[in-house]
Amino acid sequence: MAVIRDVMAAFELFQPTSITDAQKLLEQHGTDAWVLAGGLDSFDWLKDRIKKPKAVVDLSGIEELRGVRSYGDHGADGIEIGAMTTLTEVVNHPVIKEKYGLLGQAAELVASPQIRNQGTIGGNVSQDTRCWYYRSGWPCYRAGGNICYADTPEGRNREHAILHADRCVAVNPSDSAPALITLDAKFIVRTRRGERIVDAEDYFVGPEIDITRLHILQPGDLLTAIRIPSTWAGAQFYFEKVRDRNVWDFPLLNVASAMVISGGSIERIRIAVNGAAARPLRLKAVEDAVRGKPRDPATGEMAGRVAVQGAVPLQFNAYKIPLMRNLVKRAVSGVEEAKWSS
Amino acid sequence: MAEKASFKVIEDLPKEDVPKAVSRRNFIKGVITSGVAVSSASYLFRASSLLQGQQLAAGIGERLITLNVNGQQRRVDVMKQETLAWTLRYKLGLTGTKLGCDRAECGSCTVLIEDIPLYSCSVLTHTVRGRKVMTIEGLASADGTLHPVQQGVIDEQGFQCAFCMSGFIMTTVGYLKTNPNPTRQKLAHGVSGNLCRCQDYDKILTALMRGADNTRRSVLG
Repeated sequence: MAVIRDVMAAFELFQPTSITDAQKLLEQHGTDAWVLAGGLDSFDWLKDRIKKPKAVVDLSGIEELRGVRSYGDHGADGIEIGAMTTLTEVVNHPVIKEKYGLLGQAAELVASPQIRNQGTIGGNVSQDTRCWYYRSGWPCYRAGGNICYADTPEGRNREHAILHADRCVAVNPSDSAPALITLDAKFIVRTRRGERIVDAEDYFVGPEIDITRLHILQPGDLLTAIRIPSTWAGAQFYFEKVRDRNVWDFPLLNVASAMVISGGSIERIRIAVNGAAARPLRLKAVEDAVRGKPRDPATGEMAGRVAVQGAVPLQFNAYKIPLMRNLVKRAVSGVEEAKWSS
Repeated sequence: MAEKASFKVIEDLPKEDVPKAVSRRNFIKGVITSGVAVSSASYLFRASSLLQGQQLAAGIGERLITLNVNGQQRRVDVMKQETLAWTLRYKLGLTGTKLGCDRAECGSCTVLIEDIPLYSCSVLTHTVRGRKVMTIEGLASADGTLHPVQQGVIDEQGFQCAFCMSGFIMTTVGYLKTNPNPTRQKLAHGVSGNLCRCQDYDKILTALMRGADNTRRSVLG
């Protein structure tokens, strides 16, 4: 439980107005620098004095990082969302509503209205895990130590991982991430050496690759925008988030899917979940298993079973396995078919 | 040690902030302010010595800034790490904004920034320079007429202890600017980022719905 202390530890605040200036500042301050987007993840760290950066670089004054615009070249077209666009702006944007409703649905389920008014899409996908051992400053693997406090017989791990755990059992808390993976989004990352464009699913990393961060950003790198191609525009979307209370909470699990149905069978599908592992997972095995199959309850059942293959529960999170099975089932066969019947 | 430091800091304060006659209230305010300054003084001086000889990089700003709060230009000395809720309450004396959790989890510190409801406990004051900040103190008109949402709350006696009230009212005022005609359910969603420990939600919603009704009437009339 967070304790109210006087104020955050002192830092120098920099408020650049261009990406170039922001990068210069980050380079200048190296590992002493902290990137501030909406601040809702950052301020917890800073108020608890777990992290004490010397230089905070606030991105809110950089106009080129804001807003939704269309882009199009070489036959591909879609939209580009500036990393500092707020979740409320994402939810209310007419083109996102019309063509990429999956992202709007996901963004609207994040936290609370005030947080969506301030939290950004870039921050939502780049936020750190909420494992409370880690967030309380315990010297765990993720914090550079040599132990996981959650993965012990007494560890409180109800919210933790069921898949791909490797020493650390923390999960990624983002709601928009699985929606962006499903929409085949590309993340634009500005590094010291130039611009990199990575697939949404490759933006996130598990502990086997880097146990101290959830994404590929190295100190000095900035996520500047997210592009959504028109590949899945207007497809049949499904998003569901399960959490303990309907506001504020991070997902216990969430699921996102996009489908194109032709003649009653699934012609194209992408599906992803989050809250199950340290990175949002695209369920390629499920996609392969259901492609070409009729969209019916039997296919849904099968999809659910495939999804949880290899899942390993911890002491207190075994419920996540049937939960994930059911969420995937609903995301594939639709919620009508999945209705309770006795 | 601490005493010495606090005297030094008080001397350093800009002249306009030094109270001429020390009333009990001002004395307490002074203690609060100097306490803050003492706890951060060592960090600040260390930081500034590090910066000596270096060119100030883009974006670095002064601590003495002007804020637009409730339509007034307020000159105030703000630490870089200071939150807006802190500045409003302890520097500007606008204690109608409440600090509940200080963690963006309760909503009682909600204020409007450019008409958008935000948790002021989780906004750095330096990031709202040049933007319009509205607190509960700024809602009533100059002649004392209450804002229609405030009037709705009084008419329906919507709150019990009312610690959360200013947050609920500010959220509602902001919500109504983009959704002037909400259903009860929509408004409940709109204020879902505010908690009431008295669990008085039903009456609060009735009061806020009355406030929404009042607001529409006042716009029409």
